Amino acid sequence: MRFLFKTHYNQDIDHLKHGGDRFWYGLLLVLAAAAPAALGTFYLGELNLVMIYAIAGVGLMLLVGYTGQVSLGHAAFLAIGAYTHSLLLGAGLPFLLSIVAAVLVSALVGAGVGWIALRMTGIYLAIATLAFAMLTEQTISRAEWLTGGFRGLAVPQASLFGMPLTQGWQHYYVTLTLLVVTLLAALNILRSSTGRAMVAIRDSEISAESVGINLAVYKTFAFALSAGITGLAGALFAHRLGYLSPDAFTFLISLQLLLMVVVGGVGSMRGVIYGALFIGFLPQLLAIARDTLPPQIAQAPGLEPGIFGLILVLVILFEPQGIFGRWLKIKSYFQLFPLYRRATHRRQKTYLRTERLR
Amino acid sequence: MSYLAVEDLSISFGGIRAVDDVSFDVEEGEVFAIIGPNGAGKTTLFNLVSGIYSPDGGSVRFAGRDITSLPAHRIAPLGLARTFQNIELFEHATVLQNLLIGRHVHRRSTALSHLLFLPAVRREELEHRRRVEDVIDLLELAHYREQRIANLPYGVRKVVEVGRALCLEPKLLLLDEPTSGLNPEESEDMGFWIEDINRDLGVTVVMVAHDMGLVSRVAGRVLALNEGRVIAEGSAAEVQKNPAVVDAYLGAD
Repeated sequence: MRFLFKTHYNQDIDHLKHGGDRFWYGLLLVLAAAAPAALGTFYLGELNLVMIYAIAGVGLMLLVGYTGQVSLGHAAFLAIGAYTHSLLLGAGLPFLLSIVAAVLVSALVGAGVGWIALRMTGIYLAIATLAFAMLTEQTISRAEWLTGGFRGLAVPQASLFGMPLTQGWQHYYVTLTLLVVTLLAALNILRSSTGRAMVAIRDSEISAESVGINLAVYKTFAFALSAGITGLAGALFAHRLGYLSPDAFTFLISLQLLLMVVVGGVGSMRGVIYGALFIGFLPQLLAIARDTLPPQIAQAPGLEPGIFGLILVLVILFEPQGIFGRWLKIKSYFQLFPLYRRATHRRQKTYLRTERLR
Repeated sequence: MSYLAVEDLSISFGGIRAVDDVSFDVEEGEVFAIIGPNGAGKTTLFNLVSGIYSPDGGSVRFAGRDITSLPAHRIAPLGLARTFQNIELFEHATVLQNLLIGRHVHRRSTALSHLLFLPAVRREELEHRRRVEDVIDLLELAHYREQRIANLPYGVRKVVEVGRALCLEPKLLLLDEPTSGLNPEESEDMGFWIEDINRDLGVTVVMVAHDMGLVSRVAGRVLALNEGRVIAEGSAAEVQKNPAVVDAYLGAD
């Protein structure tokens, strides 16, 4: 077990708390940077997709895991980011500017949705965001003059610093850089008063108000931030798809994003990465399973959403902290060996609360 | 003009007048207690003063300013902090984070600078941390600093909530039953802390309490409520002897 001797408050503020952290995260970054040399085109593409999912996951995690606002409509922000980016790129805007614009447009729409949804919590908020996603999907399919509707919209070729982005490894590095930037920004927010205000709203709205947190402002901000980051993922996702149409951003995508956050571990940024890996490689596992299953089951419509839903339910029932929580348990098992007890991580009962004021 | 002036405050829930024309004044620097049997309207009164509810009638003035219709998040920055009877802490955060959230009203930087975590933000964070550590020292919470609230025993949570309120650096502290559910030792500690907070930090304290031992020890003046109305006001000894108060607690005859 590691005992940290702290001599300055900065040690609690820093992202990397000790030498071990610096070593392992450094190694991870080196491995990620070296991946294109080692992996084939297919797996590099899959890894790229996983990282795009991870960016969207960071956005959704800030909202669901840290502000406590559930969203079943994040595919809409993915779509808004993707379409904005493609349209602006088509209009001749440089790659980076168009990405920034995609983030801003998504954030603006997110702020609007957040503001409208201020009074809703829990299941009602989930339904409202779901409705918003449906609305966005419909709008995109009807607004043919802009988006091409179901005929689709070809994503223009991008170029960065005068270099056309044609190769898989180029997209990989762009995504990797943006993922690192997004993660750092999210972690920065979380270690400052804005992030603490979000956590406060998640845990007790009435207390948050009484320490001076303006619920409306911070909820709207959390929605905008979450939508903006998801829009960034959408812009990158557009290049991955190559051709945009409304049916690329269905309810299933929203469900996948939520699944990623829950399976990874609500309330942890590392959980996002675990969740993204899980979601990224789940379709492969399903494809393999399809080959072995009898055709009546394997070809049944709605198999994928069914399995996603089932995993969501099982995780919430048996491992509410997700993969990250399981990792913490395994870690403390070895740290405390042979003294580990299951009760260490049992959820404590909540003391009676009668003041349910909303 | 008194420091906290409550005048003819009323609120009804359905057909029940939970607080009915309540008036009282609290002077700067005193410890003021509000007592009364269950359902007397003590907590509702707190919720009215701290802006959680808005009253049907009457007014609340704090430090010369009308705060009757201000929402809770606008009242806290004026220097008014509160605790809750049934503990409303941020359960999935650590003690340290809970206390840092209490510093929210003292933030100076914007969300944009938080994204980049500019050097000014770090300086501000260090400043918040130093202030929080003062509170941790005062309330002897050092042992629990890194623990999540969900893993803490009830008595410690009660203290953390007082700590969070102190982190606002309030001028007026509303304590809703600070000793309910505490054992005699913990209650006694809480009594000492309330005295310290009042005397050494110069914070005016208004508290709702059931524990008459605590009230007579720390409170200068006592207000007794029953069924939403004021039935007595005065020193602890006077109020305890008042026949209306005895009736309210024990029933007439």
